[in-house]
Amino acid sequence: MIGITGFGGYVPRLRLSRQAVAQANAWYAPHFAARKGTRSMVNWDEDSITMAVAAARDCLGAGEDRRHVRSVLLASGTLPFAERLNAGVVAGALTLDDDIDAIDLGGSQRAALSAVTQAVARVRAGGGDVLVLAAEARKTLAASAQELEYGDAAAALLIGQDKVLAEFLGAGTLSVDFVDHFRAAGEDIDYHWEERWVRDEGISKLVPRAVADALQQAGVAPAEVDHLIFPSSFAKMDAQLAKACGIRAEAVVDPLFAQIGDSGLPHALLVLAHLLERAEPGKVIVLAQFGSGAQALVFRTTDAVGSFRPSRGVHEWIARGAEERSYTKFLAFKGQLQLERGMRGEQDKKTALSTAWRHRTALLGLVAGRCEVTGSVHFPPSRLSYDQGKPLQDTQRPYKLADRPAKILSWSAEYLSYHPAPPHHYGQIDFEGGGRILMDFTDLDVGEVDAGSAMEMVFRIKDVDERRQFTRYFWKATPVRGAKA
Amino acid sequence: MAQGIKDKVAILGMGCSKFGERWDASPEDLMVEAYNEAMADAGIAPEQLGAAWYSTHMDDVGTGRGGTPMGIALRLPNIGITRVENFCAGGSEAVRAAAYAVAAGACDIALALGVEKLKDTGYGGLPMTTVGTYIPQWYPNAVAPANFAQLASAYRSRHGVDAALLKRAIAHVSVKSHANGAKNPKAHFQKAVSEETVLKAPIIAEPLGLFDCAGVSDGAAAVIVTTPEIARSLGKRDLVTFKALQVAVSNGWELQSNEWDGSYVHTARIAAQRAYAEAGITKPREQISMTEVHDCFSITELVTMEDLGLSDVGGAVKDVLDGVFDADGKIPCQIDGGLKCFGHPIGASGIRMLYEMYLQLQGRAGPRQLSSPTMGLTHNLGGQPSQNVCSVSIVGLEGA
Repeated sequence: MIGITGFGGYVPRLRLSRQAVAQANAWYAPHFAARKGTRSMVNWDEDSITMAVAAARDCLGAGEDRRHVRSVLLASGTLPFAERLNAGVVAGALTLDDDIDAIDLGGSQRAALSAVTQAVARVRAGGGDVLVLAAEARKTLAASAQELEYGDAAAALLIGQDKVLAEFLGAGTLSVDFVDHFRAAGEDIDYHWEERWVRDEGISKLVPRAVADALQQAGVAPAEVDHLIFPSSFAKMDAQLAKACGIRAEAVVDPLFAQIGDSGLPHALLVLAHLLERAEPGKVIVLAQFGSGAQALVFRTTDAVGSFRPSRGVHEWIARGAEERSYTKFLAFKGQLQLERGMRGEQDKKTALSTAWRHRTALLGLVAGRCEVTGSVHFPPSRLSYDQGKPLQDTQRPYKLADRPAKILSWSAEYLSYHPAPPHHYGQIDFEGGGRILMDFTDLDVGEVDAGSAMEMVFRIKDVDERRQFTRYFWKATPVRGAKA
Repeated sequence: MAQGIKDKVAILGMGCSKFGERWDASPEDLMVEAYNEAMADAGIAPEQLGAAWYSTHMDDVGTGRGGTPMGIALRLPNIGITRVENFCAGGSEAVRAAAYAVAAGACDIALALGVEKLKDTGYGGLPMTTVGTYIPQWYPNAVAPANFAQLASAYRSRHGVDAALLKRAIAHVSVKSHANGAKNPKAHFQKAVSEETVLKAPIIAEPLGLFDCAGVSDGAAAVIVTTPEIARSLGKRDLVTFKALQVAVSNGWELQSNEWDGSYVHTARIAAQRAYAEAGITKPREQISMTEVHDCFSITELVTMEDLGLSDVGGAVKDVLDGVFDADGKIPCQIDGGLKCFGHPIGASGIRMLYEMYLQLQGRAGPRQLSSPTMGLTHNLGGQPSQNVCSVSIVGLEGA
């Protein structure tokens, strides 16, 4: 049996109030005045790579051994690099083995579902577990409908044969050049054609064909479908699709738009992950996405579906949201508002790539060096240990820190330097079991932490070299937060 | 066993420029200002200088690298000039090198001069710096106020001190330094401030406000050293001699192990103990008349009182608020205004500290003169609490 053996998601903490956006733009676009709810938005230090890492960690958990993952397929329409394997950065952050296969996919809103079918084929061919990741953080025009409707998020599925939670039953695919929207290479923002045409000629005609093909391959009748996932920001489009396909109206799954918005390419997988967190055994799930054609997948949950829990799960990510009412902050974080930075913002952030390669496990994987004689933990790793008066040489072995409990020894929040989200918080973090790093904090407010506060590690953008358009990544500390009641 | 520096080297002359936002002066001009005063005080000609050490930190916004900027600015007679850079402790390091050269007999008379031109950057605060190619890829884009503010959160945690109480104690540190600086015509800031003003100032790095931070200043300071015998042969009396010159440098233990609690400066404790031993001081609270410490930030001065053994560990908040380190207290600290008000031209600061000790010991400190000091301590810290260079020097009247 091949299917889903693990799942996870990620939704950034910040949730932009649609009312705040509508109010800011009311002078120009008064027709958005009634928009309610929130949409997720990336912090300044998040992008599709960092969100994919977060979703993957949600799926894989804190386990030391990730050797079972033999491929990573990263699907996104907003990957930061056109040349430099984005999935390779993710694999490094996850400390996956060097000899895995890592592939970037994109090009349409259904690329995440394509990644799943490719993963199934790889597993079937005996290629081991495949980690499917999907992430998007799209840019939109100010005062556009998309600005209010989109959201930023990521999802992860582990496809394999061991303890399958939801069996893959079949897929249906249509690849046609139906251009409901497009974005040329190098451009930031989608260009959309008229909604009525997209609904009537596109979604309504193409998606049912893909769903029918998938159900046929799965050997499942439409009436037997328990859950239909079809994310579309067009009102009631999912209900119309269900009807067109002969699927019961009650099967339509809430697409989470009220809290997250439509994250685009990863959204069907995100909703699936959310559904699987509470799914019962024996349920047939159809997920479909539209884009340059359409694709549909059919799964059936197994008796094991309740045996897996992601680290946090989409439910908890949703619950951890913090409403953001600053529209200018949203624009700034999306790189669409040129703020005064002061001269301190002029610092060159050039990255020495040879240095980055030499220290790749420390930088990408947050791997320290643990002395096998004394147990002392060193970050960064070094040839000589810090043991006072008796430094030992060449005794350190790789020791991962990213999933270890940590707390603050000392901290400050400063307003002096240029920082995209002032104040700039950083401090000394002590890891349980050893290890100390002076590191940046992220996703927190002043007064939220103090010495002794529990923190956890997140993989984030360290700096963006705007002269050369290179993004470098490292780990940051963020407060350990439970889900809100 | 090393014999130490005690009473082997005397100060022949010193000079210090006016510190501040010296829009009128290039670093070369500042050097000349300090050098002229020191040479006049020493009463010697350039040809009598055997060697020189030159301290400057921010070469990219100052004079550039190497020894040539000083050789050219002062038109020195082709003597050896070595540039010394050790963060904010570079000035003290230049003095140490010059004193060692004299003590070793390598030269009869040596010059140590520090200069920093910080105000040609176009922005406030210390100039931005780069640190190799690896550190920027993981280390925070750290700034000095937030580096030192770490001490405050760790100190509160370690000693269970209420945040408001610590804030008031460090405010007192700055109020005291401003009161002292008001009596110093060479100081960058010469205006007294109230505790309320300090407490209400804008936050720079939690919990440090504007008045918790030292001045970012242009300036230069110089010292000429020789042996006591040569000093006397040149007609000098009431000699001020070195009793101890110690430096301790971090090796990563504070930064990487989990053993340091972050509430103090490890190297300062080591350097202080070594300096007391070198100087033969057993009861510093009674034997040290006054101190000039590295009050880059108010919290640094507070914990330094403990690191130097002048307060009990955990006792500095009370001692500071009790006025122990005020001008009329038991062990006056920053009688010249300190880094806070005299200013902090990085490469010159260690020598500026020594300048005040020298003036005080010779009874030449004018309206801020203390009553009969015999022994002064300078504490010059470079880097940040978790990784630094800490210099502790002790000077006193010959024979004291």
